[in-house]
Amino acid sequence: MSLILLAEQVLNGLQLGVMLFLMAAGLTLVFGVMGLINLAHGSLYMIGAFAAAAVAGATGSFLLALMAALAASAAAGALVEMLVIRRLYARDHLDQVLATFALILIFSEGTRWIFGSFPLYLNIPEALSGPVTLPGGIQYPLYRLALIGIGLAVAVGLFFLIQKTRLGTRIRAGEADREMVAALGVNISALYTLVFALGAALAGLAGALVGAIQSVQVGMGEPVLILAFVVIVIGGIGSIKGALVGSILVGLTDTLGGVLLPELFRTLTGSDGAAASGSAVASMAIYILMAGVLLFKPTGLFGQTT
Amino acid sequence: MTREALVNGALIAGLVLVPLWAWMADEPFIITLTTRAAIFALAAVGLNLCLGTGGLVSLGHAAFFGIGGYAMGILASHAQSYQPIMETPFLINGTKSMPIIWLVACLASGLAAALIGALSLRTAGVYFIMITLAFGQMLYYFAISWPAYGGEDGLSIYVRNGFPGLNTLDPIQFYALVFCILMLTLGLMSRLMKSPFGLALNAARQSPLRASTVGISPYRLRLLAFTLSGMITGLAGALFADLNRFVSPSMFSWQTSGEIIVFVILGGTARLFGPVAGAVVFILLEHVLGGISDYWHIHLGLLLLAVVLFAPGGLLGLIAGRRKIHV
Repeated sequence: MSLILLAEQVLNGLQLGVMLFLMAAGLTLVFGVMGLINLAHGSLYMIGAFAAAAVAGATGSFLLALMAALAASAAAGALVEMLVIRRLYARDHLDQVLATFALILIFSEGTRWIFGSFPLYLNIPEALSGPVTLPGGIQYPLYRLALIGIGLAVAVGLFFLIQKTRLGTRIRAGEADREMVAALGVNISALYTLVFALGAALAGLAGALVGAIQSVQVGMGEPVLILAFVVIVIGGIGSIKGALVGSILVGLTDTLGGVLLPELFRTLTGSDGAAASGSAVASMAIYILMAGVLLFKPTGLFGQTT
Repeated sequence: MTREALVNGALIAGLVLVPLWAWMADEPFIITLTTRAAIFALAAVGLNLCLGTGGLVSLGHAAFFGIGGYAMGILASHAQSYQPIMETPFLINGTKSMPIIWLVACLASGLAAALIGALSLRTAGVYFIMITLAFGQMLYYFAISWPAYGGEDGLSIYVRNGFPGLNTLDPIQFYALVFCILMLTLGLMSRLMKSPFGLALNAARQSPLRASTVGISPYRLRLLAFTLSGMITGLAGALFADLNRFVSPSMFSWQTSGEIIVFVILGGTARLFGPVAGAVVFILLEHVLGGISDYWHIHLGLLLLAVVLFAPGGLLGLIAGRRKIHV
């Protein structure tokens, strides 16, 4: 295996990682602030991708498509929060799981009803298509590089928002003590709607960005949602930093495992059959990573110990 | 007789009379539909032990359902092709005998549940939900990428496996078998709830701290409950695979886990017959709504939302009245 291929795979892993971060950040924020587990987060990802594909198909502009994705998923998030999610904060996790599972059914079938069962395609914008040559002679698609850039920029922006702004202070305060924040005159239910819509917009952005390199179809959100859960379990619930570290770890493990493990099995045993078992093991690599973290830190790498 | 007992009696009567009527009216499709409902009910009865009594929200029971299914698929496919499963260190052949398949399905899914449980139960609450979901998904991807047993395409079995003295290809005879297993399991569950184990498990759900103060280890109890629960769901998986004569990775999918939870909640958590009611209603809805509209999942989703928001005791809770829960 050449170094160039390895470097490409590391970049692919980073790209997967930052997109997972966009999903995991919203989930962990909603869980940290409102104590809610939201299975329907994957549907918001899907809504973002569909909105982008529809707008890009109608106008041909990728930038407009991205804005449509942000707006549609944030609006869907706010709507769902006000109609359904709001009633679930005081309930136990089982009710939350079930109600958000019901939301997945409604969103998925609703999307299938509107757009049909066939996948849509979202094209990479002209300016970002084609490969670039990186130092060391690595040819890498410019769009994927842009994804890494956007993901990292959003991560920095999110840190800034949470740590430095007034809104961030309120979010952190809401995490620590809901009653006290309300007593100090902050409209807590508006804050919750805002946080939920913010998480939804991040998911929708991820959906639209990834939609351009995969097909846009019903059910695209749930595999990503489950990966985001793995990220959160590894990073620790409620921690944005944990979500970032966890996403990069999961992204790298999944991508590198998929390339290296079959190769390793082939070298060790010298047979192609072993390479097939290698790829079967590689499909489990991130879950093994999660189990390993659980053995040593049951609350995740950056989670609070109870 | 309480209203709940009446409802339970009506459910049993329905599960006996509807297939009997279908058998006399020569409607094999109705029998197959009832068999599906009974098998789903069995899977949900398994989940109810850990979810209802134990308070452990497992979103990964598809793992055990799938393992049960693949236990049947692997054993029967080897018997079908006369290829031994392994020759060294000792010879293991495939089999088409249901009792052996059930035993293997229970053992395999029990072992998996013990392993997954041992890891997942180190955490609680929302972590537990995410981790069980993740382990279920792990097995899903494993089943897809493992080429030996069909990979993504799954495995077909040409002839349904046999049970001594019965013709299992006859729908009503296979249904009778499934019905007996369901009733036996429900009987076992009702004994288990009243046993020291069931009471302690209940106590550990209501207050883990108090339970450990009187010398009960919640972890060990929960692990045992999770393992038993996985075994029952695994058995249901083997029966489901035999019903369809087909196994595929979709048995492992997260939707399956979600549906098994839906059966439990739709019917009513921690009630003996809740999962049975839930599975029966689900199959009815699928049949009736599915016939009306291709997008029946929307209606199912709306109904579920309504149950969660307005009828927290599930359907049995609506009919039989909310049971007093000792807090």
